[in-house]
Amino acid sequence: MLMAATGWQAALPDEAAPKNLLSEYGFFKGPLAELQAAEHVFPYEVNAPLFSDYAEKARFIALPVGQKMTYHPEQSFELPIGAVLIKNFYFFNEAAHSEKGRRILETRLLIKEEKGWKALEYLWNDEQTDAVLEVAGASFPFQWVDAGGKSQSIQYIAPNLNQCKGCHSYDGKFVPLGATARQLNRAVDASNHAENQLVYWNKAGWLDLPADFDAAAAPRLADYRHPAESPANPAFSDPLTARARAYLDANCGHCHNAHGPASTSGMFLDIFETNPERLGVNKTPVAAGRGSGNRRFGIVPGKPQESILVYRMENGEPGVRMPELGRQLEHREGVELIKNWIRQMHP
Amino acid sequence: MRILLVFCFALLAGATLSAQPDIEKKIQTQLILAEDGDVVTLPAGTITLTNTLWLDEKRRVVVKGAGEDKTILSFKNQTQGAEGFKVTNSSEITLKDFTIEDAKGYIIKTQQVSGLILQNITARWTGKPKKTNGSYALYPVQCSRVIIDHCTAIGASDAGIYVGQSDSVWVRNCKAFHNVAGIEIENTTNAWVYDNQAYNNTGGILIFDLPDLPKKRGGHVRVYRNVVTKNNFRNFAPKGNIVGKVPPGTGIMVLATHDVEIYNNTILDNKTASTAVISYYITENPIKDKAYIPYPSGISIHDNKYSAGKRMPTWKNKMGFLFWLKFGRRVPNVLYDGIQNPDYLNPDGSVRPEHRICVRNNINGTFANLKADKKFKGISRDLKPYDCTIPQ
Repeated sequence: MLMAATGWQAALPDEAAPKNLLSEYGFFKGPLAELQAAEHVFPYEVNAPLFSDYAEKARFIALPVGQKMTYHPEQSFELPIGAVLIKNFYFFNEAAHSEKGRRILETRLLIKEEKGWKALEYLWNDEQTDAVLEVAGASFPFQWVDAGGKSQSIQYIAPNLNQCKGCHSYDGKFVPLGATARQLNRAVDASNHAENQLVYWNKAGWLDLPADFDAAAAPRLADYRHPAESPANPAFSDPLTARARAYLDANCGHCHNAHGPASTSGMFLDIFETNPERLGVNKTPVAAGRGSGNRRFGIVPGKPQESILVYRMENGEPGVRMPELGRQLEHREGVELIKNWIRQMHP
Repeated sequence: MRILLVFCFALLAGATLSAQPDIEKKIQTQLILAEDGDVVTLPAGTITLTNTLWLDEKRRVVVKGAGEDKTILSFKNQTQGAEGFKVTNSSEITLKDFTIEDAKGYIIKTQQVSGLILQNITARWTGKPKKTNGSYALYPVQCSRVIIDHCTAIGASDAGIYVGQSDSVWVRNCKAFHNVAGIEIENTTNAWVYDNQAYNNTGGILIFDLPDLPKKRGGHVRVYRNVVTKNNFRNFAPKGNIVGKVPPGTGIMVLATHDVEIYNNTILDNKTASTAVISYYITENPIKDKAYIPYPSGISIHDNKYSAGKRMPTWKNKMGFLFWLKFGRRVPNVLYDGIQNPDYLNPDGSVRPEHRICVRNNINGTFANLKADKKFKGISRDLKPYDCTIPQ
């Protein structure tokens, strides 16, 4: 009997079967579309979000009861088995009028299992009552009114599971991207008072911070969206550089680092890179092909219009645009930031 | 797992939001769910796809079409992804028996694959060769134990068959034409390129080592029994790319690579440089990579057959024009830029044996040391200093 039981155990799939509906996980209480966190689920914010065609994101972490995350200064935090990172992608019907409602399109889950991280993708129904598991990705036309009041339409892409890993990859293994000190080290509204997010989590018992943790000295990406509110950065004294490097780290550095899929290019855009050549300064492309846009170098100091980096950020064509995945529209504000950064570089 | 598979298909059938054509979704789902030892069969017919087909973290998977002339994967309407087919973080993978065309960036890219076979695949951009075509048709990078066999590559605005930063590679029985570079081996070690036909490209076969890459040094490359003819096609590479500097009329070019043996090839009617051995300095690109060695060394060119007679080198390239100025219509078949690494010299000024450039026993193997380091003054046609072998 015992053997039979063990046998049955062993015959289980390595991982819990994914649930067909998002609601089955119980991450949220009340109507699902309100995204009200259930117990042991809490929201989080990042300093430098990845641009995804102007989609808004509501992020949550679900931790198993009594378990906590472990701090790491550079790499992703260690999360306990069973932890889930939850990211909901939505658009306000009118970006300038959030009171006019929103449309949630997809929810992406990263689940920490014995074998490592697993990605799952759920697509919301039109009624906004639930979201359904999707393995092979999907694409569908979508329209909204942007912040300038202009109607935008795109073919919205929900990634397949391999595409998730196209970005979430470190030495070929699946990793989360946002669960790092530099992304999470920021002030948040915690129970109606402003507090450092990491310090707050430590108090709440969700995170194991080192006793000598000092938020001001810990790694932090600048919030590239809000220059005025971005405090002095431990890594970069120049605020423009801090914002530009934060932008590149969050939008490019997950692939363009020595351990990522774009290591082949020799161009590394993560926040830790200090060699100007590897950042792309006067660096010739390797396999860019027409992605070079007839320009010679990744970054030409002082000359954004001659820099391949800018060309690929502006371009919307597959095979040219960067990032390769998750973007069809040009991120005007992001491009402007990078142009300004390149413009003030001394040749 | 089988249960999950059935469950997933049931799900696909019921998905409401999906507007993707069913066949594309079905193939991608099969690739995602493939298990050890699975064979994924691509049906006959022309299949139009909008997104990269992607195989990740798999072992011993075969993806097989109904034949190069029967299964055609067309990415003409691609809206997502840079590749047609991508294989990553896998081992013992075979792709075979199909045609795949018109992807936006690369047609087949494989990265971090150990044990890869590409066989009986035509990878092409249709229509006239143009700079808006993608860069590589077949593109293994950071791979090991790669066999590319009986494949055809057409229309790449960079290289038709490009193997980069890899180790232990055979490229054989392949055809490459109407590419900027037919076959290119870059920062790759232990590559054998043999029994291929590279014709009507800008350059036939290129063996390059480039700076600023994670895999620093290629080398130990054998290029033999290839037919490399009429690579006189206009250079249609977008600017900024290193192959944009290759002169139309290049047969085989070795750039800054160590230990390359080129033998028993038939290298005919390449009008500018039938075989060129050059350093990275010729590109006039800045070099900031301190670990990079910009000089070719240990190059042996022997027992090849070259054309006799006169040819007009291209004027559409600085080098070609220079050759015309120096040699008129009698450009020698084997050209060496003559830029010597001082570190490779003995105290008496002679080149250490393992770093020699050796040229011997070729048919019509006319030669010139271009003395590029002396502003092309005093060009030497004397083959005697290069009549040598390289100690193994």
